[in-house]
Order: sequence, then structure tokens, then C-alpha cells
Amino acid sequence: MTSSNVRTHTIIAHVEDKPGVLNRIASLFRRRGFNITSLTVGRTAEAGVSRLTLVIDADDDTARRIEANLYKLVNVLLVEDVTFAPSLARELALIKVRATAATRPRVLQVCEVFGARVIDMTAELLTVELTATHDKIDDLVDVLAPEGVLEMVRTGVVAMTRGAPPTLPPRQPQLSSAPDSHNSHEPQGTSPWPESPTTATPISA
Amino acid sequence: MSSDGSSRRLTGAEILWEALVAEGVEVVFGYPGGAIMPAYDAMLKYGDRIRHVLVRHEQGAAHMADGYARASGKVGVALATSGPGATNLVTGIATAMMDSVPVVFITGQVSSTLLGSDAFQETDVTGVTLPITKHNYLVTSVDEIAPTLREAFFLARSGRPGPVLVDICKDAQQATGTWRAPTHAPTLPGYRPSSHAPDELLAQAAYLIDHAERPLVLAGHGIVKAGAGELLRAFVEKAHVPVAATLLGLGGFPATHPLALGMMGMHGEAWVNHAIQEADLLIALGMRFDDRVTGRLASYATRARKIHVEIDRSEVGKNVKVDVALLDDVGRVLGALTPRVAARRRDPWIARIDALKGDSAVRDIQGLPDEGRLYAAQVIHDLWRITEGKALVVTDVGQHQMWAAQYYKHDHPRKLVTSGGLGTMGFALPAAIGARFACPDDEVWVIAGDGGFQMTACELSTAAQEGIKVNVAIINNGYLGMVRQWQQFFYGGRYAATPMRSPDFVKLAEAHGLTGLRVTKRTEVDAAVRAAQATPGTVVIDFRVEQEDSVYPMVPSGADLAEMIRRPPPPSPLVETAEDP
Repeated sequence: MTSSNVRTHTIIAHVEDKPGVLNRIASLFRRRGFNITSLTVGRTAEAGVSRLTLVIDADDDTARRIEANLYKLVNVLLVEDVTFAPSLARELALIKVRATAATRPRVLQVCEVFGARVIDMTAELLTVELTATHDKIDDLVDVLAPEGVLEMVRTGVVAMTRGAPPTLPPRQPQLSSAPDSHNSHEPQGTSPWPESPTTATPISA
Repeated sequence: MSSDGSSRRLTGAEILWEALVAEGVEVVFGYPGGAIMPAYDAMLKYGDRIRHVLVRHEQGAAHMADGYARASGKVGVALATSGPGATNLVTGIATAMMDSVPVVFITGQVSSTLLGSDAFQETDVTGVTLPITKHNYLVTSVDEIAPTLREAFFLARSGRPGPVLVDICKDAQQATGTWRAPTHAPTLPGYRPSSHAPDELLAQAAYLIDHAERPLVLAGHGIVKAGAGELLRAFVEKAHVPVAATLLGLGGFPATHPLALGMMGMHGEAWVNHAIQEADLLIALGMRFDDRVTGRLASYATRARKIHVEIDRSEVGKNVKVDVALLDDVGRVLGALTPRVAARRRDPWIARIDALKGDSAVRDIQGLPDEGRLYAAQVIHDLWRITEGKALVVTDVGQHQMWAAQYYKHDHPRKLVTSGGLGTMGFALPAAIGARFACPDDEVWVIAGDGGFQMTACELSTAAQEGIKVNVAIINNGYLGMVRQWQQFFYGGRYAATPMRSPDFVKLAEAHGLTGLRVTKRTEVDAAVRAAQATPGTVVIDFRVEQEDSVYPMVPSGADLAEMIRRPPPPSPLVETAEDP
């Protein structure tokens, strides 16, 4: 089911730091035909937990299904679609731009306006670093384009919501068959899903 | 080493078997090989507690474990070695995945020190099976064996069930570790097997049901898996809602119940497909709106609001947009919903469906003149009659599978075992052997085509060695019948690679030390079926049926559900009349 309200969704997945987790997520997106615009992975403040930020162009139904499919992966602890939440998103770019003695002042002026930092310089070129939103980096690249952008690398977006951090489900010491007083015979995770709409349309019969 | 048995030093291979005993495993289907030899050696000490069935091909082990799981509701177990042993499981793993069957697959792997070196019989099995398992594990140390198997069984059976693969390195099997009997459920912080449907949504669903004039229940595999047949009966009898079934939903609600309409979809009953298109409310219970069920999505049940009761949230909105989604165990939802809905009658709607049935409601199999020819429908109808509808029927995939769905009235849950989602030819014989272990007192009938039967016919040897009795009805039409039917309907009658010559199935059975029978006339069916019932060992009956018969009705792939190809009228040899035989 696709509809026309395609927009850029930013999804954060908190995952157990175990071998193959990234492969499982990549395989899920490949198999279901979800197209990833950018994907970043890294450690978090909590030991054993990694965190992915995924940027996807999708309609809202598809984004909801992506979230549901991510939750089916056993090693995924929490998924946040922060598209509509107050959130902070940053990307890092390294840009190598042509800058001769004649053009260098102009290029440096542009970099200063954007808050980009020069990290390397030769007679013919400058390498600048910018940490900013995805769109702001696009803007810098557009402005530098006439000067000659020779090389660029971008990390993809990392994001977090503003305010209080999300609550992850409690984790036990991993892989122990010893009796554990924190466990119970009850199936895990019978608590409701994280808040999310489950009705597609309101009832108005 | 403690003497109370709660903690012992054992090899990894012994821990593997201890873990299986602790999970209540009765039978393991498998095939030995280099990387799993430590486990096989340790098995000899556990022979009094777990039976091992030696298969003839690992695909057979996978289907046996699958058939055992479907028939019993418990977790099936298959065991294989690394490399080719593991890759031979793949079709069976995918089959279990598509139909949400709880099976734990255990494979040997090369020693952890050799991983990644392209060692002899090394295959990246966790990589290969990643998209076709609910979850999988690579175990490289003896200490991980017990907790990993604990998680594997828990994952396989909980929530939406499914296959889990555990790949265990040979050195982990050989090393010594500590075994303690598990006492608690494993800790899987990210795993959410199910959720509770909130009251507010249950109230919305009840409101839609109470205000619907033409509601229809679509009963899927989830009804069978949740054991929710009685809860469904209470619900539909109170709310007076007719029930249509998916292929895998058959038996979840008794076919002989007055509110049972029969199967929906591509080869479903015509009146069921018409009723779906006329309904004003669909109540989908544990089914996933597969393309074989919906036909063309754009014109599917456009007049109906939809309630979707489903344990797997990712299924909601995948194919069909729904109005209310109840994400929960289907039994729990039905238990909560029945007290909320009004007791009422919907006689005009039932009368409308009866009118839709018209003259095709009952297929007159019994009253056919015997022209000396034999039709698959007659064979299956007679099987139903002679077994009084109580047999455990295991089908393969193809025309005979659809006829078994149409002409055998399935009244009991877990008594129809069939590969629905993946449509795996070769499934029936091994799955039936597995089902036989689950239900040793049941009369087990394999219904297979001549093509599919040959894909796994080697497992006759397994049945013979293990002394397992199953009855095999080969619906032998000399073609790959369903493909031939498509060629007839959609490819100008060009029979590309569908005529098939088979061995003498009677002699094949006899070569295995089993009994073989051949039936070519309707008048011989009864005696052959009863002879099979009376024979202690496995019996193979070669039913030589009409070669170019087709399954009707048929919704062509991607067509509107109401656009069905119907059986040609008389003098077509099979007649569909309103007369109940």
C-alpha cells in the first residue's frame, strides 16, 4: 500500500550490540524493498546498546510498517520515529573544494557564514568540515559548487529527541542459563506496544 | 561437580541433549555428518528419552519436524550437519517460516577456529537462513549452548511462532561446560511476542459488528494456532456471522457447522468469494490477506469495513487497509469481544449467501454415473466418507491440495497439514511421518500428486525403517497438474514440461518392503482404502485419475475475486448440483 504522502522519515533504533545485528536490519530493508537514504550506527552511553539512525523516504503507512518490522527483530530494543517529534538531527561532512590564492578569500568567507571549519589547506584546495543539519550541508555544497567541489564525504544523519531520554526495556546479564530471580515464567514483553496509532481511520459509521 | 543433578560438568554435545530433554522434546528428525558428529555420539546416552529418526535427505527432516509441530502444537526439532546438510534444510525452513510453524533447527558448524576460512563443509548458514528464520544463532562456545537453545525454543513457540536455527560449532560441542536445568524463561529485552488490544479498540470493533448487516468472519491459521475454535464458535453463534476459511484456517472452525461457508480465494467456493465482495464488514482473524485470498487488491471487498485481529503488527496494513486493528492473540480478542457484541440474527444475509450458492453449493460426487473413469474429487470424497472425516490429512502442493481442501470436510483443528504460504512440493510424505509421531493414534493420510510425491519419495525408506504407518494416496494424473491447468487456461494449451512419466508406484512401495495398490475405477476405491486401513505398515495407493481435469472455480492471478473461471456445464463429467449425496 503506497499513498502520495511520501516524506523524509527519521527513525532511531536502539539495538543490542551483538554480532550480525546490522546485517539483520540491512537484510530487512532489502527484503521488504524499503529504501534507505542514510544509515548511521554507533555506541551509546549504555554498555551493550548500539543505536542506529535511519533516514527513509516513505509514506506514513510504510514508515509504520518499517517500525513494526524493526520490532520483529529480536535484538531491537526500542524504535522511535522522530519525524514529528521535537528532535535534534546533525550530519558531518568533509568537503574538498578548489581554492587558489585568487579564490581563497571568497571560499573562506562562505565557510565562515556556514560555520564550516577549515581542517586542511594546500596551494590549490581547502578541506572543510561542517556539522549541521542535512539541508544546511546541502546549501553549503550548492554555494561551493561553482568553486569546484573535488571530493565529499558525509556521515548520514544522527538524531535524538529533545528533553527526557527514551526508556529502554530492562536488560539482564546476557546468555545465562542460571536461575535468575529477575526472570519469571511469564512470556516477555506482554506490555502494550509503545504508543502508536493502530486504527487507520476513525469510526464514523 | 555437584551430586544433586542441578549442576553437572558435561560436554557441549551432552548439554545439547539435556537442553532438548528439558524442553520436552520427544523426537528429533535428522541426518549425521562431520560437524554434528559429537552431538550424534552423545545422543546414544539419551536414546531412552528422545527418539531419533534417520531421514534420507535433510529436507525430509525439516518437513517432518514441521509436520510434527503443526499436528501437535509443540516445537519440532530437526538436526543436520554443516554445509550441505544445513543447506538441504533451507526449503523446509522457508516452508515453516511462511506458515509460522515452531521448529528449532540445529546444525553443526565447523570449529570456531576455522570459521571464515572456507573450511570443508563450511557454509554461512546463519547468513543463508537470516531472511527465512524468526531468529538464528551462531554458537561458538560451550557456555552458550544451553541458554541459546532456551531462547530458541521460547522464540519458536511464543508470539507469532516460527522457525529458529541454532548453528553450533564442532569445538563447542566437544568442549566441557556446566549444565544446569533451566528454571525460568529467557531474558529477551527487545522481544515483544504480543500486546493487549485496548478496551477502546475492542469497543470500536464491537460497534462495527453490531451495526453490520452483512458481516463475514475470515478465519485464518491463527485460529488453529491459538486453539481458538471454541471461542470462535461462541462468537459467531452469538453474533450470527458466517465464517469463511483460508486454506490454513480449514479445520479451525468445523466445516459441517451451519455457519461455515468453506474456503475463500483463488480456488475457494464461488459463493464465499461473492459474499466477501458483498459484505459490509470483514472480521479477519489470524490471517494476512495473502494474494491468493484477495485477488486484485484494488477491487477487494470495497464495500466492507475491516477489523483485523492479528498478533503480528507488521501484517496490519501490509496488503489491505483496515479500520480497526486488534494486535493481540486471537483467542484473547474473541474472549473479550463475545461479551461485548449484541446477540442478534442476520437471516437476510444468510439467505442472500444461500442464494449465491445456487446450484453449485454441493458437488455431487456420489451420484455420478460410473463411466469407468476416475476423478480426483471422487477419490478424496470417498476418503472423507470412509474415514468419517476424522483422518489427519497431509497434502502436498497442487491440484490435489485444492481438491483436498474442497472435497474433504475438515471439522477438526490440526487435522489438515498443508504447505500454504511457500507451496512446497514434496512436503506431504515427510510432514505426514512427522505428524504421525505427534498423533500416533490418528489415521494419517497423505494426499499427494505424482510430481510432488517423487520429490521426497525417498522418505518411504524412512517410514519403512522406523516402522511408521502412513497411508499414501497418490493422485496420479501423469501431469504436473496445476501447472498444466494454468497452461490450459493462460498459455494456449501449450504443455511445456508438464507431462510426467512416473515409476511404477506399486513396485516402488514393494521395493521398500511396503504395500502398493493401484486403483483405476471408482468401484475400486472403497476396497483399496479399507485395505490400506487394515494393513499394519505404510501403504501406497496409486490412484490413476482423469489426466486433464482442472480445479474449479478459479480466480485468475490478479483478477477481481468475483471473476471466477467456473467448471463447464454438463456434459462436463463432474457436475456441481444442489443435491447433497
